[in-house]
Amino acid sequence: MTRTARDPGGAAVRLTALTKRYGSAPAAVDGIDLEIAAGEFMTLLGPSGSGKTTTLSMIAGFTRATSGSIEVDGYDVAGLPPYKRDLGVVFQHYALFPHMTAAQNIAFPLRQRKVGKAEIAARVAEALELVQLGAMGDRLPRQLSGGQQQRVALARAVVFNPRVLLMDEPLGALDKKLREQLQGEIARMHRELGITFVFVTHDQEEALALSDRIAVFNEGRIDQVGSARDLYERPATLFVARFLGESNVLTGKVTDPATIEGPGFRVALPRGASSAGSGTASVVIRPERLTVLPLSTPVPAGHNTLEGTVSGLTYLGAYSTVTVELDCGLRFTVREPAGASGEVTPGTPVRVAWPVEQGVLVSS
Amino acid sequence: MTATTSPVRAAAIPPARERARRHRGLLLLAPALVMLFVFFAYPVAAIVWRAFSEPQLGVENLREVFADPVTLRVLTRTLITAFGVATLTLLLAYPYAHLMTVVSPRWRAVLMALVLLPFWTSLMARNFAWIVLLQEGGPLSKLTGLLGLGDKALLGTAVGVAVGMVQVLLPYMVLPLYSAMSGIDRRLLSAAVSLGAPPRTVFGRIYLPLSMPGVVAGYTLVFVLALGFYITPRLLGSPQQSLIAQVIGTKVEKLLDFGGAGALSLVLLALTGLLLLAVSRVARPAAALGLGEED
Repeated sequence: MTRTARDPGGAAVRLTALTKRYGSAPAAVDGIDLEIAAGEFMTLLGPSGSGKTTTLSMIAGFTRATSGSIEVDGYDVAGLPPYKRDLGVVFQHYALFPHMTAAQNIAFPLRQRKVGKAEIAARVAEALELVQLGAMGDRLPRQLSGGQQQRVALARAVVFNPRVLLMDEPLGALDKKLREQLQGEIARMHRELGITFVFVTHDQEEALALSDRIAVFNEGRIDQVGSARDLYERPATLFVARFLGESNVLTGKVTDPATIEGPGFRVALPRGASSAGSGTASVVIRPERLTVLPLSTPVPAGHNTLEGTVSGLTYLGAYSTVTVELDCGLRFTVREPAGASGEVTPGTPVRVAWPVEQGVLVSS
Repeated sequence: MTATTSPVRAAAIPPARERARRHRGLLLLAPALVMLFVFFAYPVAAIVWRAFSEPQLGVENLREVFADPVTLRVLTRTLITAFGVATLTLLLAYPYAHLMTVVSPRWRAVLMALVLLPFWTSLMARNFAWIVLLQEGGPLSKLTGLLGLGDKALLGTAVGVAVGMVQVLLPYMVLPLYSAMSGIDRRLLSAAVSLGAPPRTVFGRIYLPLSMPGVVAGYTLVFVLALGFYITPRLLGSPQQSLIAQVIGTKVEKLLDFGGAGALSLVLLALTGLLLLAVSRVARPAAALGLGEED
């Protein structure tokens, strides 16, 4: 593939019915479909073993797909060896060549593309600037810290102007502070380079902070694709609700279109949720949507309520977390803004209330 | 070691006690040191001494080594043989060691056992087996006969000696190579491929340089061992094709020329020492990287 023949900027990536099987075990990646727009920051999020890394590895070409297609800018690359795919890859453990300096590492992809010496020098310097390591070019990887090594790896992966950058848990080996710092840099690089980023992580906060859209992987399938807000506020499945943020869950039978009934509770469903049909389903309520009310307070209109007893209270400055043991046997976590739950103490019988519209009906 | 030897505690201990403890550490080394002195340092010193003292004091023996064209020819032949054997061993061992790093653990165990098999077999038994294979009318000469190359008996030739030596020395090459190669992070190879390097470039620019410490270690080991090989050239070669160790043997056993044997041994020792020195200079940068270097 020649670089000049294509448009600048990012390339769109389309996965169709992509499948990877190892022997007779259940498919590691089970026929996923995913469209990643040109220039988008797409995160593949899921627990370990959910198929996200295998998917990335198939896009990169390290793993051969059992079936399905991988299109980059409309061309099926599934049959191409990885060194002809022209995609940047960043690995969790940096994978810098230990016998080459930072600058030689960054020059490596350019040398493969027969770029002239003077241009290599200029582009390596530019790439080192991009990751703010201008003076570190002649250091060997072992003379650099983990964060610096990962920056060199980032520079190396983008110096040849790939149109897609694949990242496999690139921050997983770094401590929290460095991770946050590099998150900022990755976001900045995405803005500056304007290329498509495909980012694999199991860290939901990282996913929420960086991504345009997130694909949530669960046992080899994609449960939901959407923006951070979509996934948090309108999770499609119980798995997505539980994986992103904290959730309070009521599981029961949808009795008539507007209510769900379980052991010891019966609550109203939000409007438009009836399309889920009857049968077993769950209602998810985020902790910050809940309010703890003394029994004496009248139930506000349009709210669902459940009665219980406060069993724990944790003051966390900006907010407090109240744990309530419900009479139906479930335990709810309520997050209240500072000052809201001043008079609640453990042992107090209370009501937990939430606006009906704030509950989200998901399939179980 | 007990907790009392930890560096943190050591700082607080008065110097006298510190010294006493260090002496105790030396005590642990004593049996090995005594052994080394009695069975290695002393005999080597005695040989060197004899080179300069028999039949009379002086450098006459050494001068003779470098003046005698036959001895010089043997020395050259020994160096060429060692060089050839080490190179051939490397060429055979490199792909083998690489194979060991990519197969399943079960196959790896099988390959490892095959490498170690020569270690478990007596050297004499292996050499006699080679005599059977290489002699006139043996399987190998029958094979060359069938191929129309004539009945070539390798027994008694330099090639026959080399074949036997390669087989005996193969494990000394495979093991350091395997150790270096199994320490190479496979993800580096994936990274190189993702950056646009075709397989041969990945090998040449990444895999080969990273396996170099194993190559240097194995090559040096085999070369040095080949320099002093005695039994295999004695049994598979011919007196006309003697290597230096055989000449030393003859001087000691037949001619009772201990001074001359000592001088030749000294030359061999010096050659080996120079080689190790040169290698340690060259290999240091690779070793400093900690890339699977063993020692």
